[in-house]
Amino acid sequence: MDNFRYLPGVSTLKLNVDSCIGCGMCTIVCPHGVFALDNRKAKICDHDGCMECGACAKNCPTDAIMVTPGVGCASYIIQTWIKGKRPAAQCC
Amino acid sequence: MAKKPQQRSECCADENLSAARASQHGISLQASMPQPIQDEVCCGAPPQPPGSPYERPGYALLPFVDDFMDTPVGPVPRVKTDLDLKDHVGTIAVRWAINRKNYKIAPGLYAVGSPDQNAPVLVTANYKLTFDVLRRQIETLDVWILVLDTRGINVWCAAGKDLFSTAEVIHRVQLSGLEDVVRHRQLILPQLAATGVSAQEVKKGSGFKVIWGPIRAIDIKSFLENSLKADDSMRRVTFDFMERMAVVPVELSHLLKPTLWMLGGIFLLSGIDSNIFSLAAAWPRGLMATLAYAAGILAGAVIAPALLPWIPGRSFALKGSITGICCGIGIILIFHPKLQLWDSLAVMLCAATISSYLAMNFTGSTPFTSPSGVEKEMRKAIPLQALAGLMAVAAWIGSAFAY
Repeated sequence: MDNFRYLPGVSTLKLNVDSCIGCGMCTIVCPHGVFALDNRKAKICDHDGCMECGACAKNCPTDAIMVTPGVGCASYIIQTWIKGKRPAAQCC
Repeated sequence: MAKKPQQRSECCADENLSAARASQHGISLQASMPQPIQDEVCCGAPPQPPGSPYERPGYALLPFVDDFMDTPVGPVPRVKTDLDLKDHVGTIAVRWAINRKNYKIAPGLYAVGSPDQNAPVLVTANYKLTFDVLRRQIETLDVWILVLDTRGINVWCAAGKDLFSTAEVIHRVQLSGLEDVVRHRQLILPQLAATGVSAQEVKKGSGFKVIWGPIRAIDIKSFLENSLKADDSMRRVTFDFMERMAVVPVELSHLLKPTLWMLGGIFLLSGIDSNIFSLAAAWPRGLMATLAYAAGILAGAVIAPALLPWIPGRSFALKGSITGICCGIGIILIFHPKLQLWDSLAVMLCAATISSYLAMNFTGSTPFTSPSGVEKEMRKAIPLQALAGLMAVAAWIGSAFAY
């Protein structure tokens, strides 16, 4: 995906290194290789590669990862602007 | 007359086959099936073989089911690993959004090959397209497939909607009686389900350990052969040319209804002139405006996705406006003796606006755009698109009065 880069500096992804136990689950589930293990701790090595799918946060056993997950889809976002954020808004 | 005995022997061969299969499953077909008296066949071809003992009143056997295998939790359908014509037709149809919302199979346990109690369990969505992609990649394997009820939605989208969820995995494991079918306590889930499924919660709730399998079904064989290890390339999503083009038809089919409204508006606007409205002007000018609109669709919903990595810019709205302007210029070059300054401006702005908006909507079909990024680009792009659209309308009406 190196030739697909989206807007930089926008992702809400945050990692609390102190809570990390170095299990490496985030490096497995991330579809964009955003995480790497370094000295038994996870680190964010490609912050702008994050698409905020939320897989890492969902599978972190110590809740060391925070991200506002969602679907990067314009028609979905328009619906949430009009109708408010509710599950009725559909995208794909 | 010479043909008849041969037909009869074929028919008997079929019966023997079903009987042999049934006896494999420990069911005595012979005892329960009264045999027809062959010599008294009076009309038509010899009768079909007797029904399978797995038939149930009110149920139809699906074409992708080969037969059934008996397990401690009852008969489990054994599915074919090759697709037939009907599967391919179904795939083409849903790619064009035909029957896409209802293209699903019953959730539950399925078998491929002859899995035993040590065979791996692959978990997947009940979108039939997903199921077809999976089963054709696992021929020659002996595995169980646990199909979740994701309401006919693919793995990643269902995970995003919390349908391919922790709760559904636990629920389906318990409902299928999986722990009586296999001795191990492992589930292989597609990696993209991690958006909706928490591995540690599944373990807590069902006793089964989640192993994150590869993203693509095509890698499952090597994943299993490589003692459940996936290399980096199996863990990264791709978006190559064919993958991009596969999602284009669905985007196009969503445009059918808005296009009808657009055409009505186009012909109304095109007829406005110094006589208030003229049908004689509406037709030729309406056709030209329709062409500009069609160019916008082509530029934003087909060309922009096709050339995505090579069009300059990060923002999709920007990429779309670039392809739209190019297509608008193309129309102006083809029709330039007919098009004056204001007409040309309107055609180009129309193509650029439509294309920019459609390319922006294509973000929903890509596997790499973050919602924060999409929202950021939309806040900038939508006011500009609205402005360009209004300018296109003004230039188009103005051109009717200018000459």
